[in-house]
Amino acid sequence: MAERARPLGPAVPLGWAAAGFVASLTLGTLLAVIWRAEVPARLAPADWAAIRFTVLQASLSAVISVALAIPVARALARRRFPGRGALITLLGAPFLLPVIVAILGLLAVFGRAGILNTALTALNLPPISIYGLHGVVLAHVFFNLPLAVRLILQGWLAIPAERFRLAASLNMGPAEIRRFLETPMLRATLPGALMVIFLICLTSFAIALTLGGGPRATTIELAIYQAFSFEFDLGRAALLAGIQFTLTGIAALVAFRIARPSDFGTGMDRVMDRWDAKTPVTRAIDTIWIALAALFLLVPLIMIAANGIAGLTILPSAVGWAALRSILVALTSVTVTLALALPLAMAVTSLRPRGSSRLLEGCGYLSIAASPLVLGTGLFVLLFPIANPATLALPVTACVNALMTLPFAIRILVPAVAEVEDRHGRLADSLGMSGTARLRWLLWPRLRRPIGFAAGLSAALSMGDLGVIALFADADQATLPLQVFRLMSAYRMEEAAGAALLLLILSLALFWAFDRGGRANAAA
Amino acid sequence: MRPFLIAAGLLAGTSASADAPVLTVYTYDSFIAEWGPGPAIETAFEETCACDLKFVAAGDGAALLARIRLEGERSEADILLGLDTNLTAAAIESGLFAPHNQSVPDLDLPVPWDDTTFLPYDWGYFAFIHDTTLLPDPPTDFRSLADSDTTIIIQDPRSSTPGLGLLMWVKAAHGDDAPAIWQDLADNIVTVTPGWSEAYGLFLEGEADMVLSYTTSPAYHLIAEEDDTKAAAPFAEGHYLQVEVAGKLANSDQPELAEAFLAFMLTDGFQSVIPTTNWMYPARTPEAGLPEGFSTLIQPETALLIPSDQAARTRDEALTEWQNALAR
Repeated sequence: MAERARPLGPAVPLGWAAAGFVASLTLGTLLAVIWRAEVPARLAPADWAAIRFTVLQASLSAVISVALAIPVARALARRRFPGRGALITLLGAPFLLPVIVAILGLLAVFGRAGILNTALTALNLPPISIYGLHGVVLAHVFFNLPLAVRLILQGWLAIPAERFRLAASLNMGPAEIRRFLETPMLRATLPGALMVIFLICLTSFAIALTLGGGPRATTIELAIYQAFSFEFDLGRAALLAGIQFTLTGIAALVAFRIARPSDFGTGMDRVMDRWDAKTPVTRAIDTIWIALAALFLLVPLIMIAANGIAGLTILPSAVGWAALRSILVALTSVTVTLALALPLAMAVTSLRPRGSSRLLEGCGYLSIAASPLVLGTGLFVLLFPIANPATLALPVTACVNALMTLPFAIRILVPAVAEVEDRHGRLADSLGMSGTARLRWLLWPRLRRPIGFAAGLSAALSMGDLGVIALFADADQATLPLQVFRLMSAYRMEEAAGAALLLLILSLALFWAFDRGGRANAAA
Repeated sequence: MRPFLIAAGLLAGTSASADAPVLTVYTYDSFIAEWGPGPAIETAFEETCACDLKFVAAGDGAALLARIRLEGERSEADILLGLDTNLTAAAIESGLFAPHNQSVPDLDLPVPWDDTTFLPYDWGYFAFIHDTTLLPDPPTDFRSLADSDTTIIIQDPRSSTPGLGLLMWVKAAHGDDAPAIWQDLADNIVTVTPGWSEAYGLFLEGEADMVLSYTTSPAYHLIAEEDDTKAAAPFAEGHYLQVEVAGKLANSDQPELAEAFLAFMLTDGFQSVIPTTNWMYPARTPEAGLPEGFSTLIQPETALLIPSDQAARTRDEALTEWQNALAR
């Protein structure tokens, strides 16, 4: 299928332009920091420990998140129940939370004075401690399980309904369906999901340190912070950032090696019906998995909401303005993300199976490995001679946030574009559809769902990200996450909890609006 | 990229008023928040100077110095406000700062002040804060804390000023015994957070019996929340001091205005704002005295402070000891 030659439309030069933009911002900022560092860099002995710990926690977090996500995604793929859509949206919430808010929510459940330990004490059982490697992994699973579920769920929904119909008419049981349909799909989906989560956890800083329980839990990102802020050793900061890039490169190569494109052929875009999963046992298993995931992901959110409600009513006016600013940043960031991701995804698809296709896709993932601190510092070094960075704080934040969410958008859009092209590309070719006509009539109607999801994710991530704003902002430009942080640093924990709840609500609302917009009419 | 540019225009709509000279003050982030000292100080100073005072925030104290070093001689900053004595030696060494040229008025600091580059604007003692209803008999020194099963949350010295302060505190109080103290403290430490806010937030959520903060922290709960259950535990060794300072950039294009600001900094217009916004002691007690509630705070008998010219060396040594002790 993929070997069929395709007309190379305007998507390819646009895709290369997008990739060039991403590469110059990620690698360019790194070079800027190296250029600014005057002395040659050397790693400290403690840096090696940091690298080992970083890789260990990121691998564990990725494997566990994805392993748990498989049964949850399968359950969500083959069950229909009232509130399913709302549940899927809500399950995504942890991924969108600012780190400190999520940590407080987790601690309300798993902490020393949390629900779990209160219950254990009441039952005369010894309390458990969340602090340590297991706590770091638990928090990363909390953050990334929803993403893994969504990525794998998309894989399930991408299997044409006709395959399941055929399987049912051939009297295939669950084992055969697993062998002929689900395993090939997972083989195509899992490496990418593992890689994305591994990479997210690679740049973790606050979670790893706060829940890691001490300097043993030093990650590369913290070592970068230390080199930059504590020692002003820019060379070492850049060297560590370079190591982060190398690790990303290795992870990407491994993922590309293992991943095997699924080959389900074409279908008629019908809604899936699962004849194989109608036994009481499968129904019970699915129900249990959905309930467990909901419990694990939603209880901390409920605690955040409960803590924040009192604070919502006493929010200072600055918080409202910050919220407005954050929404503007998020919308700008969505626009930039899509403007980069769509041409990239189309170019990647139309260049397949050439090597340049992989190079292009790889460029799109670069930013996930970029240390936010190095990216921010590099941008600062580059912008400072031209303009006052403070006046550019918000546009720069929007742009960096767009860059940071680009890998997710690409992860979502590339398989979706490829799927549409494989199914309908021939027909479109024979009708001579290219350029905007192809986008308008072929891709857009079929990509609304993934585009909506990508836009929603991008908007919400941008809302919740402290990002580079802290490096640039002056008094009048704080975003909502920055205000949450400022309230906390002024002892105002109640207002901070209120502002955090507001942030949670706004992020979810933005995500929901885009995701729903994409899903409207998509089932028909 | 057009939408980006439009948004850029929309978002970057703030600019200073036309003619008045602009004094740019770089400071840490929490200083300029609506509820921080920044706004009141800006109003008070602008009444005296016929100028436009502009605050620019950059992370915390360490990030501030990094920012100034990154910008170098081309920085727009006239004043840097928010370093502490652990950082002043490195700041002076960078050659970016000029002498303050002030005749220093009488200060209400626990230590004499003879720095000719930096002037203090507030100070506080580090201390462990606890809830008196949950922990009526807190430990009385580091040894008894280490021997007890009292749990504490501290900040990472590599990313937080209080975290570094604790390192210096243990070092100043126990010298060569510091590594042993840290080894015994290891099982008391619930976790180490990146910054003060996370640690204090976790403490208020009940994650530990005590948290590293300032002796002035209970004043916030007392004054703003009418809650008298939070207290600082007095330690027999004495308490380590944090003195926050400001200095003038050598390349300032407003050197006279900058000196006027440094002079203003030690008057009531600035100092009276500090106690209930920054929750620290003013460097010079305002005429009206300290707010009620500050009188209830513990008064350490011994103030510990490692001189700024030795701070950098002590810091590196103490950090290695700390990492080794806690990495086991």
